[in-house]
Amino acid sequence: MSMPVIETIKLKKVYNPDKIPVVAIDSVDLTIEQGEFTAIVGPSGCGKTTLLNLIGGLDVPTEGSVKVADTQIGQLREAQLTDFRLKHIGFVFQSYNLIPVLTARENVEFIMLLQNSDKKEREGRSAELMEKMGMKEAMDRRPAELSGGQQQRVAVARALASRPKFILADEPTANLDSKSTESLLDIMSRMNQEENATFIFSTHDHRVIDKARRVITLEDGKITSDERR
Amino acid sequence: MQLGTYELMIDNTVRFYTGHLGIHQEGYWEEKILDNSFEGGNQVPVTNENITVMVPRLTSFALSSFGDRTRGVMVNGIDPERESVLTALDKKIVKGRYLTDRGSLIAEGLASYLKLQVGDTLVMISQGYHGVNAAGKFPVVGIVKFPVPELNQQSVYLTLDEARSFYGAEGLLTSYSILLDDPSVTRQVQKEVEKQLAGTGLRVMDWKTMMPELVQSIELDYYGGLIMIYILYAVIAFGIFGTFIMMTKERTYEFGILVSIGMKKRKIQAMVAIEVFLLSLFGVLLGVVASFPLNLYFYLNPIRLTGNLAEAYEKFGFEPVMPFSMDPVIYYDQGLVILFIALVLGVYPMLSIMRLNSVKALKE
Repeated sequence: MSMPVIETIKLKKVYNPDKIPVVAIDSVDLTIEQGEFTAIVGPSGCGKTTLLNLIGGLDVPTEGSVKVADTQIGQLREAQLTDFRLKHIGFVFQSYNLIPVLTARENVEFIMLLQNSDKKEREGRSAELMEKMGMKEAMDRRPAELSGGQQQRVAVARALASRPKFILADEPTANLDSKSTESLLDIMSRMNQEENATFIFSTHDHRVIDKARRVITLEDGKITSDERR
Repeated sequence: MQLGTYELMIDNTVRFYTGHLGIHQEGYWEEKILDNSFEGGNQVPVTNENITVMVPRLTSFALSSFGDRTRGVMVNGIDPERESVLTALDKKIVKGRYLTDRGSLIAEGLASYLKLQVGDTLVMISQGYHGVNAAGKFPVVGIVKFPVPELNQQSVYLTLDEARSFYGAEGLLTSYSILLDDPSVTRQVQKEVEKQLAGTGLRVMDWKTMMPELVQSIELDYYGGLIMIYILYAVIAFGIFGTFIMMTKERTYEFGILVSIGMKKRKIQAMVAIEVFLLSLFGVLLGVVASFPLNLYFYLNPIRLTGNLAEAYEKFGFEPVMPFSMDPVIYYDQGLVILFIALVLGVYPMLSIMRLNSVKALKE
């Protein structure tokens, strides 16, 4: 059995606790192991994004804890948490969020630049990832010159660039057409296998759900099913 | 424009009345009578490299007459050559010729009142030095026109020798008026001249002391202008602040992304601080570059006033123009003020980034 990468214990998030409390996540116990390809599914407002934000250290739980590898991320201060995300967590967003003034390759290198990697390493890793993403020909183009699918592939490459412990992808295919979605899922699945990268998606896209090897269903902030395939 | 107008106002007034510096007998300024004059020849009693010209004058009053009309006049005994350098009196001739050795120049308003023409003879009587009777006849060689009514109604110019002879004041002067190359060194030259005149009983006064009303009117206008400038600063500050607010709001999502992927807030702040600095600096430089040709144009082609406004200017003895100043200090000072305002306002994006909540930012 692989070692757990993420472990949440009695995780709870309540918005507006003093006014009209909204329980977004309710006592979630979850363990995700290295190399998983997991989809968190459920209807809108069920708490998918909140759960990803808590796991990624972007939001602070009301109760419970999140342990990534051996680190209780709730005990980290803001700057430490930012540093932790930089080193251990990759993010893929629904709307790509590439830096418009940088080329595709520079966007991938940006994370490594923040990690103070040397130039040779940055160039080598970005070239390798761009090739794996099928973006070798377009790596010197700026985001505005790329299609949505290509931009999301660059975003995945950026998330993988720092060799994170896991990648959180919030609705990564929501803005993509079928062909681009298919292509992106193939790439992520291949990265999962080739780089042993752990992927956790929030999605309600059945094409993503079909590809996932584990599907966790959330309803009203609670896990209602956890299916491994 | 405001500073350019002051420069012109000071230059006009100083040239016409007192010079940048004036040398008088101690007590003359308080009681302007011939008995308070001093021994002074045509030779310059002081030397300084900043002095353009030093003009000797013997000034007093007399009763003038022609035909059956009389009027009190101000008689100015002058060195025609040097006077023309200071006051450009030769350029104000409207009839006849400029003063050379004998005769008199009279102001147009006075000539009109006395019904005098060039070639007629002006008769004057007065009290001379130490109470002697002064009387004389002076053929009119030219008529000069002054924009200031006071001067135009009562000025008479004689050569220094004729004025001295008229008043029985041989070898005496009431003042030396000094014109400087560079008005900014007035105080420094005054000190040097004071040293050279120490123990002579002569007093050196600068134009600010001699014309306090001019200084006051400039100060009054200047402070009015300052209020306008502060209002303009406020308008500019709101403009810059609006830009910074918009810049911060528009980029909140981007900042949220950067924080999410692991960029520390202090690095984002440093990046934005550099942007704010460069934006402000380029804004200021652009402002200077854009305003320079316009300012230069108006410096070379001052706005010429017309109508009532021009008449009002002329009435006070000023050329009816609104000149612009090209003093580099204006660009430097204003540029620094705007840069300072922009940098202070630049604190806003820094604070916004410090308080950034990445989850909320990602929902923007």
